[in-house]
Amino acid sequence: MFSLPYVLQQFINAIILGSIYALVAIGLSMVYGILRLINFAHGDILMIGAYTGLFLLTLYKAPFAIVLIVPMLVGGLIGVIVERVAYRPLRKAPEVALLITSLAVSMFIENLAIMVLSPRPRRFRIPSFLSKSHFYGAINFRNIDILIVILTVVLVVVLTLFVKKTKIGIAMRATAESINTSYLMGINVNNIIMLTFAIGSLLAGVAGMMFASKYGRIEPFMGFLPGLKAFVASVIGGIGSLPGAVMGGYLLGFAEIFFVGFLPPQLSGYRDGFVFLLLIIVLLIRPSGIFGQAEKREV
Amino acid sequence: MLRLENVEVYYGVIRALKGITLKVEKGEIVSLIGANGAGKTTTLRTISGLLTPKSGKIYYNDQDITYVPPYKRVGMGIAHSPEGREIFTTLTVYENLVLGSYLRNDREGIEKDINWIFSLFPRLKERLSKPAGTLSGGEQQMLAIGRALMAKPQLLMLDEPSLGLAPILVEELFEVIEDINKQGTTILLVEQNANMALSISQRAYVLETGSVKMEGDAKELQENEDVKKAYLGA
Ligand SMILES: Nc1ncnc2c1ncn2[C@@H]1O[C@H](COP(=O)(O)OP(=O)(O)OP(=O)(O)O)[C@@H](O)[C@H]1O
Ligand SMILES: [Mg+2]
Repeated sequence: MFSLPYVLQQFINAIILGSIYALVAIGLSMVYGILRLINFAHGDILMIGAYTGLFLLTLYKAPFAIVLIVPMLVGGLIGVIVERVAYRPLRKAPEVALLITSLAVSMFIENLAIMVLSPRPRRFRIPSFLSKSHFYGAINFRNIDILIVILTVVLVVVLTLFVKKTKIGIAMRATAESINTSYLMGINVNNIIMLTFAIGSLLAGVAGMMFASKYGRIEPFMGFLPGLKAFVASVIGGIGSLPGAVMGGYLLGFAEIFFVGFLPPQLSGYRDGFVFLLLIIVLLIRPSGIFGQAEKREV
Repeated sequence: MLRLENVEVYYGVIRALKGITLKVEKGEIVSLIGANGAGKTTTLRTISGLLTPKSGKIYYNDQDITYVPPYKRVGMGIAHSPEGREIFTTLTVYENLVLGSYLRNDREGIEKDINWIFSLFPRLKERLSKPAGTLSGGEQQMLAIGRALMAKPQLLMLDEPSLGLAPILVEELFEVIEDINKQGTTILLVEQNANMALSISQRAYVLETGSVKMEGDAKELQENEDVKKAYLGA
């Protein structure tokens, strides 16, 4: 029915898309783990990362390494600023206040982007050496695709080691379990929260670059859907869990690509709806996600 | 070493501490006893900075620490093993101990203290790389105390360390507490087991509905008829 090369091609596409979802999901999941906040502004960091990359490419003709690194740093910085200005003053407020604030921050960033950058979509053209394609029979992928996957794997491995092995990583996990007890260890909880936002936003910034490179087109609302899907991914994986977010991201990438690639083409338009259907099914079977632990923290 | 002056603490509109005045001198074991809801835990949480007084002052080594954030108080030498143990269940035993020493940088000292804690609680050594949530209640309590000791505190506050332990373990635990004290750590102890607590303490405070009702020499309180009736089950 489907040829082997076709299946392989879908496989490759799924890994690429899954990588991007995984990177975005990590930040959402880590922030939720500590603050119980679904950070709606997370997807907008992705957009900021993409625009930063665009300007570096077009205005400054910067080398591509810079075009990757600077959007990470800008994303991380914006994440930290948002946390400091919008979320930290609400530390003792009910969780729902935090949630609404993050919606407001998201709208603020998107509308600011429309005013400053114009709502008009822009082309995002990557250097020719990155758009160079490799053909193996009916299978093809570009250099940028290889870069996306390798970079994701490297970032995930480094982050995992950091969280597992370093003292600050242990403190991050402790803070996710109990903020008060973490204080009693001498942990400066605000700094840990700031670091968590920095790391998550840094990954969202580079994911924005990847997203833009892959689709070749960016606009102020581009972060909305990937943000939402990354949220689904982190819930599927077990929100709060780092391996869960990564697994969830790839799972979602596969589900979405396979849905489009293997079901009748008439259904393709429902791919985003399908993502949420998947979410509902997973939650019915495993309410706390694949890697999640049942919620036990006091409210 | 530690002084509370007229400390008032609220939970929302509930006045949980109604002007507590107490002190702990260097080298002492001091007990706080009192019925359920008297304010013992609230007092400890206020000393470690998790709660901030509405009025009153807290002095530590003659420095006003009333508004110092909790994580900085750990650095000043105050460690708190909280009620209900509150160990990090998803972290390993080793990681819990490492967090106890979070603010320290003396690798060798930390290594030495971990070994010291193993000598106090040999059970922990066997469980080193297990998630702390898999420990038994008694082992979790040992870990909570060990973790607080890893901060190398001058003042160690223990909130109901014997809760849920088998009687034989309680005996052992109190010996360990005395031992820790002899090695130079000042101790502020909250206990349901008032008799045991008083018998290892030099001084004690009796709290009742957020106020200090009695204070004095631990042995004298132990002999006091009112105290006997109300708290020692005699
Ligand atoms: N988080 C809270 N919110 C509201 N009220 C509280 C809270 N914690 C304690 N209280 C109230 O404050 C008072 C003092 O409580 P606290 O826990 O300090 O007592 P305790 O002496 O430690 O009691 P126990 O022996 O049961 O541990 C009680 O009346 C209690 O109901
Ligand atoms: Mg108590």
